[in-house]
Amino acid sequence: MATRPRQAVRWAIRAASIGACLGLWQFAATAHLNLGAVTFRNVPPPTEVAEAAMVLLRSPKLMAHLGSSLARVFAGYGAAALLGIALGIAIGRSRAASDLLLPPLELLRPIPAVAWIPLSILIFTSSEMSMIFITFIGALFPIILNTVHGVANVDQRLIASARSLGGNRLAILQEIVLPGAAPAIVTGLAIGMGTSWFCLVTAEMISGQFGIGYYTWEAYTLQNYADIVVGMLVIGLMGMGSSWALTSLGRVLMPWHRPSAAR
Amino acid sequence: MSGDPADGHRRPSGHVKVSRVSIMLGESDKAFQAVDDLSFEVAPGELLCLLGPSGCGKSTVLGALAGHLEIATGAITLDGEPVAGPSPDRGLVFQQHTLFPWKKVRHNVAFGPKMRRVARRERLKAAADLLALVGLAGFEDFYPAQLSGGMQQRVEIARVLINHPRVLLMDEPFSALDALTRARMQQVLLDIWTRIPTTTVFVTHDIDEALFLADRIIVMSHRPGRVIDDIRLPFARPRHADLVTEPDFVRLKRHVMGLLRHRDT
Repeated sequence: MATRPRQAVRWAIRAASIGACLGLWQFAATAHLNLGAVTFRNVPPPTEVAEAAMVLLRSPKLMAHLGSSLARVFAGYGAAALLGIALGIAIGRSRAASDLLLPPLELLRPIPAVAWIPLSILIFTSSEMSMIFITFIGALFPIILNTVHGVANVDQRLIASARSLGGNRLAILQEIVLPGAAPAIVTGLAIGMGTSWFCLVTAEMISGQFGIGYYTWEAYTLQNYADIVVGMLVIGLMGMGSSWALTSLGRVLMPWHRPSAAR
Repeated sequence: MSGDPADGHRRPSGHVKVSRVSIMLGESDKAFQAVDDLSFEVAPGELLCLLGPSGCGKSTVLGALAGHLEIATGAITLDGEPVAGPSPDRGLVFQQHTLFPWKKVRHNVAFGPKMRRVARRERLKAAADLLALVGLAGFEDFYPAQLSGGMQQRVEIARVLINHPRVLLMDEPFSALDALTRARMQQVLLDIWTRIPTTTVFVTHDIDEALFLADRIIVMSHRPGRVIDDIRLPFARPRHADLVTEPDFVRLKRHVMGLLRHRDT
């Protein structure tokens, strides 16, 4: 019985915490607080940011920027997901594939995806393609490595038992290895989604012509300081939305993963 | 329960012959002989218990019968055909269940028929029949993790029996269960075995379990495992829990304990 009011109190504290942050921000920005190393002279207050957000929401620019960012992520991340899962399964299941494919991948893996930006601008004739490539590279390695890990860790006893029950190689891949590796694959997809957005925003700031990263950087160069923060918020929301989409997908695809305890 | 799911597929077969079998385990220089010159036969429809101390190689023999392990010398045949690789003809049940966590109970049981490309409706019907046989009607849509240990082993048995195996191989299937559940599962197994008479090789280190279940017990020595006694049990069927207190049972138990104690240390 005491839980309800206690819950309400906790929610009130959480809301107050956010409110306090916004209040501090508003105070620092309107007072042009200068702390020496940090200055709020050019930082817009939340009220201005909210106004700028409303303006952007009403303008067609938002959809144009969001649309091109989303298209790039879909293309780059989508390709990375397909290729990463396929390569990961091949490497995890076959020693030959592992010997053939893993060494070059291991060499490339330590290079952060954003370090690919200059070279990819040189390689690809269109800047669009270079940005898609960056999102692709960013997502590829986490997806491959998690898939390999998941496939390699599938319980050997389950595979033996499937063989005993008459399963052939293909059936074991479909019925045992894929579902067994699914939780690890989804983890890889989630990590890849994060790095994919991170890389996209960086690439757009450098070579974009549309897109939410470009919008944010453009706001800086045009000194529309409120728009910078709006851009940041939109980027955050997109990241949150895509990781929510992935978790929901995981829950739909793996209903066994957290079954409610019966009986 | 009307209708026997295995009807029409029942074969008067399941004759297992193990002749002069040795099995090596481990990699090259660390290899050791787990089984040495072991021979025995199991008659069609017989329930045989392989009884021995842990490490005597009894599970190794079962692994070879299942086709998961290679034998170094000798021969293993089922109805005259040499055993080569795993097959649904030789159903194996482990101590820890190997149900597929992502498949509901009915789909776990229907896995074998699915591999044989039996139509979906037909194989789910067969799965439902077998689940009823093992006493799990109504649990078709549960995931394995939602079941108790005893229920999981029932599903495992149903999943193996749906393939109409010629021999049922059980590797200490009840040893991870608590004493009460284990006793109930022994009864369940005998009940199923009566309804679907299948040659069964049951590995255990539990003397009571072997005496309660078996038609015949083969007692194995410490590694490398050899046959030290081959006992045909005189107890009538159907058997009930009271059996374990009968004088004949106690006498045989004392005999087997003596055999195993003798070889211990």
